[in-house]
Amino acid sequence: MSVLVFLENWDGRFKKLSFELVSYASKVADMLYSPVIALSFGQVDASELEKLATYGASKVISVENDLLGTFDEQAFAGLIAGVAQNTDAKVLVLANNNAGKALAPRLSVRLKAGVASGVSKLPVSTEPFVVYKKVYSGKAFANILIKTDIKILTLAQNSFELVESPKPFVCEKSAAGPDGSLIKTQVKEVQIQSGKILLTDADIVVSGGRGMKSPENWAPLVELAGLLGAATACSRPVSDEGWRSHDEHTGQTGKIIAPNLYFAIGISGATQHLAGISSSKFIVAINTDKDAPIFEAAQYGIIGDALKVLPKLVEAVKEMKSK
Amino acid sequence: MKVLFCISNVPDTTTKVKFVNESKKLDVSGIQWVINPWDELALTRALELKDDAANGIQSVTVAHVGTVGAEPTIRKALAIGADDAIRVNTEADDAYTIAAQLAEAVRSEQFGIIMCGIESSDHNGSTVGGMLAEFLGCPSVTGVSSVKIEGGIPVIVREIDGGKEVLTVSAPFVAIVQKGIAKEPRIAAMRGIMMARTKPIKVIEPAACESLTEVVDYEMPKARAACKYVDAENAGKLIALLQNEAKVF
Ligand SMILES: Cc1cc2nc3c(=O)[nH]c(=O)nc-3n(C[C@H](O)[C@H](O)[C@H](O)COP(=O)(O)OP(=O)(O)OC[C@H]3O[C@@H](n4cnc5c(N)ncnc54)[C@H](O)[C@@H]3O)c2cc1C
Ligand SMILES: Nc1ncnc2c1ncn2[C@@H]1O[C@H](COP(=O)(O)O)[C@@H](O)[C@H]1O
Repeated sequence: MSVLVFLENWDGRFKKLSFELVSYASKVADMLYSPVIALSFGQVDASELEKLATYGASKVISVENDLLGTFDEQAFAGLIAGVAQNTDAKVLVLANNNAGKALAPRLSVRLKAGVASGVSKLPVSTEPFVVYKKVYSGKAFANILIKTDIKILTLAQNSFELVESPKPFVCEKSAAGPDGSLIKTQVKEVQIQSGKILLTDADIVVSGGRGMKSPENWAPLVELAGLLGAATACSRPVSDEGWRSHDEHTGQTGKIIAPNLYFAIGISGATQHLAGISSSKFIVAINTDKDAPIFEAAQYGIIGDALKVLPKLVEAVKEMKSK
Repeated sequence: MKVLFCISNVPDTTTKVKFVNESKKLDVSGIQWVINPWDELALTRALELKDDAANGIQSVTVAHVGTVGAEPTIRKALAIGADDAIRVNTEADDAYTIAAQLAEAVRSEQFGIIMCGIESSDHNGSTVGGMLAEFLGCPSVTGVSSVKIEGGIPVIVREIDGGKEVLTVSAPFVAIVQKGIAKEPRIAAMRGIMMARTKPIKVIEPAACESLTEVVDYEMPKARAACKYVDAENAGKLIALLQNEAKVF
C-alpha cells in the first residue's frame, strides 16, 4: 500500500508547489500508516530528486523517456495508472494546476477511483474517506465522501505548508515510456514567460481595478510589487480595456490564486472577482468607497484614493527594507 | 466535422448560496439558472468556427446530463445558435456518472471536436471533460485558450504553468476550455429565441452507473475577522502592521 504523488518539473527543477504536494502526501500517508512514493517524469538531477525525500518521500521513481517530452494527457495517464497499480497506491496526489486537472480525471476512469479536486486540507477522516473542498467558487465548502478503494486528490496551490520530514533517499530510475500509440497530440511551439513572477506561484500579489482610473497610473503599483517581490494582477474590466495584459486577470473567469497576501487596489470586490482570490490568507483593500464589498473580505483596509495611498506604501516599504 | 459541447446548468454567478436538509442540499428557491460561463464561451467559439465555411463544421450540438428542469438552459444554448441538443434524463450525480452518461450518449455520433469547460461554477470539479475523454478513449487537451482549424487539422493553444504551447491533435478529441477561448459570450437574438423553440432536444434515458463520490454536507465559510482600518493619511502604517501583526514579510 502506498500514497503516490505525481510531480512535474520545470527545466529539471521542482518548485514550491512540488514540495507542498510531497508534504501533503506525506501527512496523508501518516494517516494511513503507509509510505509516500514520489513519481517524477522527465530529466531531473539526483540532487533535485533528493529534495523530495526531505519532505517525506520514502521512495522516488524517476522516469526518463523521450516520449515524455510532449505532455500527451492520455499517454501520461496510462503510464501513471500503471505505476499506481504496481505500487498498490491507495491515494494519488496531484497538483490542481492544468496538468493535474488533465490527469486526475483520466486516472479516475482508468483506476475507477473517486476524485476530489482542489482540496486545501488533510482528509477529515480516512474511514470513511472524507475530504473538505471549496465549492461555489469559494462561497461554500463541502465534505466529500470518496467511496472507492483508490482515491485521487488534487491539492489547491498555496494551501498547505511545507513540512520537512526527512527520509533516506531511495531512488529508482525507470526508462519505461508511455504507450506511443496513445500519443495523438503534437506540440509545435512552446512559449514560456521568463523573468516574471508567476501569478499562480506568488506569495504576494498586488492587484489593481478600475479605481486605478487609467493605465498611466500603474507605475507606483508595479513599483510596490517589485519592492515586495510580488506578482501584479488586475480585475477583469482592467484587462478587458487593455490597461493590463490578459494573463493578469484574477477571478472566476481568470486566474484563481491563493497567495499569503493580496492587495486589492481600486477593486470593488464583485463576487466574480472574489471567486478568484478569496482563498488568500490576508487581503488588503484600498478603496475610496467605505461601503465597497471588498472591505467585507479584507482584514486590512484603507479608505482613500489609491493614487495618493500607493506612493505612501512605496515609501514605507523602502523604509522597512532599509532597516 | 461535427462539434459537441457539454453544458452544466449552474446558479447565476451572483447567487448567494444557502443550504437546506441539514446542509445536505442547495436551497434552490429563487435561483436563476444559467449556462456555466465556460460552456457559454465554448459555444461561442464553436459557433465562430462554424461561421467560417472553410472550417467545414457541419453542426454544433449541446449535451447535458440533467432533469427536465434544465431545459430552459438548454433552450438558451439553442437560442444562441446551437443546432440541436441531447439531454440524458437523470439527476446529475457525481462527475464520474455525468461523464459516463455523456460517453454512452455520444459514443456512436462521431463528433470530431468535443468541448467542455475547465470547471463548473457549482462544484468546481474540473473533472468531467477529462473523464469523458478517457471513457471515449480519445485524446484531451486541458486548459485550451484557442481552437482553430488549419487545413482540416485542429490547432490548439494550451495554457501551462508559466506559458503556453501550440499543438495539433487528431480528431476526435476533447478540448477542455478556459479563459481566452472566446472574448464575450454570444447573446441570443430574437430570431434565435424563436427558432430555438422548434430545434430538437433528443432525450436519452440513462445507462446504469454508480457514483464514486458523494457530498456529505456543505459548510459556509468561516466569517473573517472584521477589517482593520488604517488612516489614509498615515497609509505607511499598514506596512508595519503587515510586517509585525500579519507577519507576511
Ligand atoms: C460571468 C461573469 C464573470 C466575471 N468574471 C470576473 C473575473 O473573473 N474577475 C473580475 O475581476 N471580474 C469578473 N466579472 C466582472 C465583475 O462582476 C465586476 O464587474 C468587476 O470585478 C469589477 O471590476 P473593478 O472592481 O475593477 O471595477 P468597479 O466595480 O468599477 O470598481 C472600481 C472600484 O474602485 C473604487 N475607486 C474608484 N476610484 C478610486 C480611487 N481613486 N482610489 C481607490 N479606489 C477607487 C470604486 O469605489 C470601486 O469600488 C465577471 C462578471 C460576470 C458577469
Ligand atoms: N451535468 C452536466 N452535463 C453535461 N456536461 C457537464 C455537466 N456537468 C459538467 N459538465 C461539463 O464539464 C465541465 C466541467 O465540469 P466539472 O467537472 O463539473 O467542473 C463543464 O464546464 C461542462 O462542460
